[in-house]
Order: sequence, then C-alpha cells, then structure tokens
Amino acid sequence: MLETEVVVSAAPHLRSGLTAERIMWLVVAALIPASVAGVYYFGWHALLIILVSMGTAVLTEALTRALMKRPITIGDGSAAVTGLILALTLPPTVPLWIPAAGSAFAIILGKQIYGGLGYNPFNPALVGRAFLLASWPTLMMKWVWPEGSLGWAADPTAAAQGISVDAVAGATALELWGEGIAKIPYLQMYLGNIAGSLGETSALAILLGGLFLLVFKIIDWRIPVAYLGSLALLAFLIGEDPLFHLLAGGVMLGAFFMATDYVTTPVTPRGRLIFGVGCGLLTMLIRKYGGPPEGVCYAILLMNIATPLLDRWTVPKQFGEVRANG
Amino acid sequence: MGLKTFKKGIHPPTNKELTASIPVEVLPLPDQVVLPLGQHIGAPAKPLVEVGAEVATGQKIAEAQGAVSVPLHASISGKVVAIEPRPHVSGRLQPAIVIESDGADRRAPDLAPAHKVEELTADQIKDLMKAAGLVGMGGAAFPTHVKYCPPETEATHGQYCPVKPVEYVILNGVECEPYLTCDHRLMLEQSADVIRGLMAFMKAAGAPRGMIGVEANKPDAITALRKAAEGYPVEVVPLKVKYPQGEERMLIYAATRRVVPTGSLPIEVGVVVNNVATAATFGRYLREGLPLIERIVTVTGKGIKEPKNLRVRIGTLVEELIKYCGGFPEPPGRIILGGPMTGPAVYRLDIPVMKATSGVLVQTRAEVEKPQVLPCIRCGKCIQACPFNLLPHYLANFAEHDRLEDAEKYGISNCRECGSCVYVCPSRRPLLQLVKNAKQQIKAARQKD
Repeated sequence: MLETEVVVSAAPHLRSGLTAERIMWLVVAALIPASVAGVYYFGWHALLIILVSMGTAVLTEALTRALMKRPITIGDGSAAVTGLILALTLPPTVPLWIPAAGSAFAIILGKQIYGGLGYNPFNPALVGRAFLLASWPTLMMKWVWPEGSLGWAADPTAAAQGISVDAVAGATALELWGEGIAKIPYLQMYLGNIAGSLGETSALAILLGGLFLLVFKIIDWRIPVAYLGSLALLAFLIGEDPLFHLLAGGVMLGAFFMATDYVTTPVTPRGRLIFGVGCGLLTMLIRKYGGPPEGVCYAILLMNIATPLLDRWTVPKQFGEVRANG
Repeated sequence: MGLKTFKKGIHPPTNKELTASIPVEVLPLPDQVVLPLGQHIGAPAKPLVEVGAEVATGQKIAEAQGAVSVPLHASISGKVVAIEPRPHVSGRLQPAIVIESDGADRRAPDLAPAHKVEELTADQIKDLMKAAGLVGMGGAAFPTHVKYCPPETEATHGQYCPVKPVEYVILNGVECEPYLTCDHRLMLEQSADVIRGLMAFMKAAGAPRGMIGVEANKPDAITALRKAAEGYPVEVVPLKVKYPQGEERMLIYAATRRVVPTGSLPIEVGVVVNNVATAATFGRYLREGLPLIERIVTVTGKGIKEPKNLRVRIGTLVEELIKYCGGFPEPPGRIILGGPMTGPAVYRLDIPVMKATSGVLVQTRAEVEKPQVLPCIRCGKCIQACPFNLLPHYLANFAEHDRLEDAEKYGISNCRECGSCVYVCPSRRPLLQLVKNAKQQIKAARQKD
C-alpha cells in the first residue's frame, strides 16, 4: 500500500509551459520596442502616459473584482496589456487624466461588465480609445512632430508646392494625406519619426514585436497578413499608395496587437483570414471615404461584432468527415 | 526532412532517454499474480479453475465468453488461492483469479505446438490468435482475433468482419506517448518475432503487404526491423516525431495518406492496425506456444530511482515493479499506468499489470502542476492541436452547459481522447474531461432510446 498521498487526476498529465498569464506578459514584452520608440520620439511624458494607463487598468481591475466579490485577476496580466495598448494609441500630448479615464472605462465597460477575461465582445483597449475620442475629441487629436523631424517640409521642393513647416506641424501623416500632402519620406515613416499616436508611428518597432509574437506562435499569422495585405490591395485598386497606407496611422499596431486579440476575434483559421480581410478593407474605406482620418479603431471594433458569426460560418472540416457530395 | 506524418498534433518532450538505451531486464518471478478476468474490451472471461487448483504456466484458466472476448492463461505455475474482486487500475474492485507461485514456473504440458506461418490457413491463424489470449497491447486491449473476424464471430459480430479486402496490415511501432520505450526495446530485441507475427496477421487478413510505422527517434529499431524484414513484403516506415501519431487513424493517414471515414473502421480503407507488441507476442506464440502471459513494461520517470524496461508476468503487482527499480527517491507526486498523455493516475500499488499495461510512470511532486484554471481566452491553440480538426473549446463549452445536441453537431463523437487540446490549453481548462463526460451522457441517452 502507498504510504504517502499522491495526486489522482485525469489524463493528460503533461502540460505545455505556455500559460495564459505567460502569453499576456509575452505580449507586454513584444510591445516594449514600440513603447521605447514612443518615449524616444516624444519624450518622458509618453512614458508617464504608459505608466498611468497600465497602472489605472490594473487598479481598476482589482477594484471592480473586489466590488463584485470575485477573485482578483490582475495576475493574469490581461489588464496590464489593455492599459499598455490603450496608451500606445493615444496622442503623446494628452494630459495624464486622459489615459486614466480611458483605462478605467476600458476595464469596467469594455471588460468586467461582461464577466471579465474571456467574455468581452469588444477589444477593451479600443473601447477605451473610442470613448476618449468621443468625449474629448480636441485633446485626442492634438499632434506633435518629434523634434527635428520636419526637415522634409522645410526643403525647397516642398516649399515650391506650398508646403510649410507651420502648416503641417499639428497634423498626422493621414491628415496631411487627406489634404493632399503625402511627401513624408518612407524611411522616416518606417522608423516612426513622425507625428502620431505615441506607440503607433514606428513600423519598425511594431514589426519587431509582431515578429516576436509570430515566432513564439502567440499570434496567428493569418490576421496580420490578411489585414495588411487586403489594406494594401484595396489602396492600390482605388489608386492610393499602398506603402504609404501601411506605414501611416495605426494599422501596424492594429494588425499585430489589436486585431489579434484572442478573446474578440475568430478562433478558426478561415475565420481569422476573413476577419483580417474585413479589418483591412474597412480601415481603407474609412480612411478614403469616411469622416475620421483614421479607421483602424472602428474597423476592428466593427469586425469584433462579426466574430461569433465568422466562427459559426467557418467551422473546419473534421478529419474523416464525409460531407454530402464531398 | 520530408518524413511522413499526420496533420496538426503536438510536440511534448519525449523523455525517452531515461530508458531507451537500456536492454530489457526480466523481473524475477513474483510470489503471487492477480489476473483480472476482464483485461480486454468486451465480455470478461469465465473461470475454468476453482480455488485450490494447481495450475501451470500458460495453462488456460478462464474461457472467452461471447464473441468479443479472449481466454486468460496462468502467467506462473502454482495454486489458485482466490477468485474474488481485487483492486484494479479503474479504482474499483474487479473479479480476478489469484495464483500463488510454487516458484517452479512449470510450463503447461498442453501448450500449443510450434507452427510455421506458411503451413497455416487464415482461419487457423484467427483461431490461434484467440487461443493465445491475444489483445491489443498498445493500450486499447481490443481482442485481436475480432479484428480479423474468425468464422464463429461472423454471424454475431458482422460489423467487425473484413467484408472489404485488406491491402495492408500496419503494425503500430510509433510509441508516441512520452517516456515509454517498451515497444522500442521490443522492436530492437524481438524484431524477428515482430515480423513473424506480422506475416501471420497478413495471412489471416489476406493482405499482400505489411507496414511498420516507427517514429524517427528510434533509428536503431528501424534498422533492426528492416534487417529482419528482408525478403518479406514488409515496409518499415519512419515517421516524423509527433503526438498522437500512434492513434490508429493518424498512423493510417501518416503511412498511407488514407483517411478513415468518421464512424467507419480502418477496414473501410483496406487497412488493419495492430501494435508491434501484439505481433511479437503472437510471433513468439507461433514459435514456442506460449500464450500472452507476459509483456514489457517501462518503469520510468523522475520519481523512480532506476528507470528500466522490465519483462513482467501479467498479474504482477505494480509495487513489485517499483521495488525492483529501486523505489521512489522522494515522495511521489503522481503515479500513472501507461503514458502521461492517456494513462490513468492511480492511488494504490497493489494493482496488477495487465495485458495492455505499457508503463508505470512516476512523477515527482515538483512535476505535478496544480493547474490554475482560467476562463477560455479563445486563443485557438486547441484547434491548432486537434488532429481530428475539431473545435475542442466549443465542444467543452457545449459539454459544460449540457448542450449535447450542439456537441454532436460539432463532432464530439469524432474525438479520440488523445488529450492534445488539454496539453496546449494556456487556461488549463479540463477540456477532455468535459468532452468525455458529455460523450458518456450521449451514449447513455442513446442506450435509453
């Protein structure tokens, strides 16, 4: 007879090392390059925005769970991810109460009201951002260019076209494109040395993080590839510059870090492809024909609505399944 | 590399190096064996002996009952001391014949004579399979002769009959379960018996060709089998290392690219699959008439002092195996019979090794994770892992909320319970438990109708 206690549990008795908690912290790690780029281009205020946003998100999560008398779940890291992503979508000029308000809203009305992790239909960070944009539009559209980044607007060819530093200084690349000015060098946009949300400008930094997540199989390649591919294709078809549209605005951050949010996007391979294509097309359509200069936030939120339907439509064929006429 | 394999699946650490290179040791005869009457799928065997009877090694002590059943043989010589319910791997007491050894290991005088495959007819081979007490030794313990449908079962169990021609008999030497190396050592040390058994199976099925699927992490076994198979219509197929390649349908797909339709048996695509240990046991039976009374068991894990492969008489208690391997170096955390992916965890050691017991795995306390279960985060990893292309998290969700019709619509009956989804789930959800539970409910509801 056995003299000590042993665990009796159902098979399998092996688990992969990848836990939900670990996934969340890997996502945070993958966002470090974009965060560093934001602080590098826009200064220490950007770091404060990030810290306040993450701190408020975590604190709000703890408070709401405590109020609901449910287990405190801040250890799973999902609140920190929400806070960080929200911060990266904010203009680097906002006062610090903006990220605080946005994060609190994102956690309470974007996530916990539905039951917390795993149950929210919309990407919480984008819910927070949409709330901020609707409530304080002026603050949410106050842009700056990093120091010394406006050389392209000061060179003689630009001046010949009637472009001046003063005229472009408060606008993002997409806003300038809307006014017919699309002269910013690609490399400068790629590096992120332009006006924009604090974590969205540097395609390079975001790609580094995105690649990291792809290599560790945290995210499915289908969504970013379908998103960016369909956006570029549609841009080309309607006579716009695909490369400009890939590098401008928030599409890089959206494609790798928001449209890939597990909870609010499809789980099936085909569902993910369709989701990505939907995001790409909607983003480009909003940019070209819609009211706001940028469409990433609403494109993803709109596609979030379609997620349950996409899952249902794209159930994969089972191994050995014999379908009629198949 | 271009090695053959199936789609999806997982790559758990194999941990086979603990025992892969150590030759099989023979466990000294136990003082007592406990032989459960129901060691196989189907009706339990019916005792032919009474308490007090003297029995010899290899003597038939219980008779098959019904079509899907096999006889049971004494695994040692000695005296029957009890026929009563005894502890069993299921956690319940199960009727068993208990034999106390006389230490002589006297072989029964009426053991079957040696046979040459060439001199036997297909029907004779099928009868011998049953007479040998042969069952699938890979874990399922399905009576082997039923797969080949001997004449007397044809009327009652037509669904198992090879009504279609069999093109391949495939031997399962995949051993995709981590830690286990009993089949590896068997293929290496008994390759001639494996081939003899396979040739007999092929003849029984009327199959012109044979295959042996072996994962590429056992190159020495592949070489040994290829050498033994020289001159025979048998192909040894190296497969890419991946779990659950040993699952019957995955192996068939990996080796032949044939897909067994849902709800059909492998025969539908002209294939019958058996485990290599089953073939080797039969090959030996043809050689020396010894029925299924022993097998190789891998005793392994960090929680075992000296991991080994042991040749063990059926009915030997698990505690004997552990004792022979030096016992526990530290208090054990979990004791598993079989591999870690599908083997049941047990809480006592006075249970016997049965015909399909492939391993005793002991995990240390540090290795036993107390999973912190979180809500499903819809990461889709279970979908990427499921070799049957199911949506495990949906199935589990339906099961959790008693939506059995939806579960059926999403193919719950197609799940072969390999556990890949649970292995990858970052939220540590008990996906397979929920699915198994729902399957049982569905089955029970069907039986009621």
